[in-house]
Amino acid sequence: MNQPAAPWLAETEFAEAERRWREAFDASPGAGKRIANRSGIEVQPLYAPRDGSGANDLLGFPGEYPYTRGIYASMHRGRSWTQRQLIGLGTPEDYNARLKEILAHGASAISLIPCNSVYRGYDADEVPVELLGTCGTVVNTVHDMELAFDGVPLESVSCALNDPSPFTLQALLLAVAKRRGIAWTRLTGTSNQSDCLSHFVANHMFFRLELAGARRVLTDHIEFCNEHVPAWNPLSVVGQHMQQAGGTPAEAMAFTLCSAIQYADDCLARGMDPDRFLPRFTFFFDISISFFEEIAKFRAGRRIWAKLARERFGAKDPKSWRFKFHGQTSGVDLTRQQPLNNIARVTAQAMAGIFGGLQSLHTDGYDEVFSTPTAQAARIAVATQNILREEAHLTDVIDPLGGSYYVESLTDSMQEKIEAIIARIDAAGGMYQAVQQGLVQRMIGESAFAFQQSVERGEQTVVGVNAYKVDENPDEYTVLDYPDRAQMDAHVARVREYKARRYEATARKGLDALARAAQGKDNVMPRIVEAAEAGATHGEICATLRRELGFGQPLTIV
Amino acid sequence: MAERPPKVIVTKIGFDGHDRGSRVVAACLRDAGMEVVYTPPWQDIATVVKLAAEEDAEVIGISSLATDHRLVPRLMDALRAAGLDDVQVVVGGIVPPKDERQLLEAGVARVFHPGTALDDIAAEVRTLAARSRAMKEGAIE
Repeated sequence: MNQPAAPWLAETEFAEAERRWREAFDASPGAGKRIANRSGIEVQPLYAPRDGSGANDLLGFPGEYPYTRGIYASMHRGRSWTQRQLIGLGTPEDYNARLKEILAHGASAISLIPCNSVYRGYDADEVPVELLGTCGTVVNTVHDMELAFDGVPLESVSCALNDPSPFTLQALLLAVAKRRGIAWTRLTGTSNQSDCLSHFVANHMFFRLELAGARRVLTDHIEFCNEHVPAWNPLSVVGQHMQQAGGTPAEAMAFTLCSAIQYADDCLARGMDPDRFLPRFTFFFDISISFFEEIAKFRAGRRIWAKLARERFGAKDPKSWRFKFHGQTSGVDLTRQQPLNNIARVTAQAMAGIFGGLQSLHTDGYDEVFSTPTAQAARIAVATQNILREEAHLTDVIDPLGGSYYVESLTDSMQEKIEAIIARIDAAGGMYQAVQQGLVQRMIGESAFAFQQSVERGEQTVVGVNAYKVDENPDEYTVLDYPDRAQMDAHVARVREYKARRYEATARKGLDALARAAQGKDNVMPRIVEAAEAGATHGEICATLRRELGFGQPLTIV
Repeated sequence: MAERPPKVIVTKIGFDGHDRGSRVVAACLRDAGMEVVYTPPWQDIATVVKLAAEEDAEVIGISSLATDHRLVPRLMDALRAAGLDDVQVVVGGIVPPKDERQLLEAGVARVFHPGTALDDIAAEVRTLAARSRAMKEGAIE
């Protein structure tokens, strides 16, 4: 209902006051200036009670459909978001040392970021050594995984693996759990980077298998986890890659929801029950510095997903309707110029994510524009979250911006924009078809170029880049050292030795069984885990599936 | 007769697949009137060298976000071995200061950091293409 904010003002008085403001505003300098956000929504100078849906059924209450105000009744007041900093560096021992340090500081959730060679599906002994361990940990074997998680209680920490199809890291982890006598049903965590559509479109580094094969293996993985590792989230649908690649916040949200629709359709086509698989769908988004737009993006996405889950997929369990998401502050917004300014940027981005109601947050180190973060930058990134929560008290009130005329109106506009893009993708035959036609890639490419041009023209200020520049010496900043060459050489030798010393026939048998499963219609996941247990390496499992299902290559569109 | 436009290969070597930078730069150089040969990420060094020879390229632009620039000295060696010393190599992306010095010592003509204006990149590439052409024609060493 359109009620005036100030009930002591009569309707006519309110209209009168608004008219007076409009006149005064129009006579002010800069009144004619038009402002649009990154998603192309024109932003008005002021919002008033009639703006925004104002519809109580859309706003509702936290923890209730359609979850505009948050997916849980108590949100961050009850429980903080998970502080899940990405870590991954050097050898498994290097990683283990950093992991133990952060666990000693109270972390309850961990992540494993593997080396780029792992992402491309290779073992350490197949690649140039100077690229090993520079951006993540080199993990290829069950033995490596044991070293990486040495002394870490796998049954009580939630473990996010950056683990694209065919999910070899999870297979290695399951093998380690079995050796330690930990039941798979007790493992909690997420297969991050399981969203092959996002890799085909944007972050190609993770795209190991051809799309059709990657899609099938993902559905296998969801089915396998639901059955054998039921507390594990097999799918994290990623909007981050598409937004980092240049998609607008509305596009990134829309494409992500379209991917989720595709995966849900794929599961339904196998006869799986939506109330079994949907509660284990999670999402992962970029948080740019476009503050209010990001908050509105998350609020809109949450209610669109609730509606899709309930109406489109017929899910009945409220757990299926909840839009659980991890947010990562946007690296693209960070600048190499005056890099300490990035701390301020990350703070604003993190605030947008928190007000947007995220469940898990990674804040970037200010020095990611130079290298993998130094320990000091990583500490500041975590402290930023703690300051926002415990000093700034951002979490005392649930959805504190709910009811803001601007935020509610923008949430509605973003919803409209997002739903229009979803309709366009639906019309193209769904996300799978749309990405194969290059439609999504072209939209993202155009948005990236348009944004870059707005920076070049000075329409979008980037402090230190196109405005407020200062002379500085890049050498005054510390950069993380690359892994020690001798240590990495020793690690490569160890991978070779692992292959030489295992029971070759057993490992070979495991890989052959995997190849046969891939040729047929059986679920490949049990065979992947068995192959890992039998001594096959990450690179060998990937090579087997590459042979059977094809090597992932993106469409080339400039 | 109008002069042939500069010919530039825009590519990525190594394992990283973040291609926003290479795509934006490729589009910018093309808009600036250059002939751009764009490749997907993960090219082998041998493939890039072969492409440079076949296309008679004047400039190779390597985009690197996640330490793949560490392979560029190998590319420089391979270009020299193939007799393509005149091809000018530029690198753009996340390159720490120490690495930049190593790349320049290895013969890279220029390293572009994040925040560089596209116009500046286009102007520099044009200059380097002219230098490469002059070298090919034996005008300069």
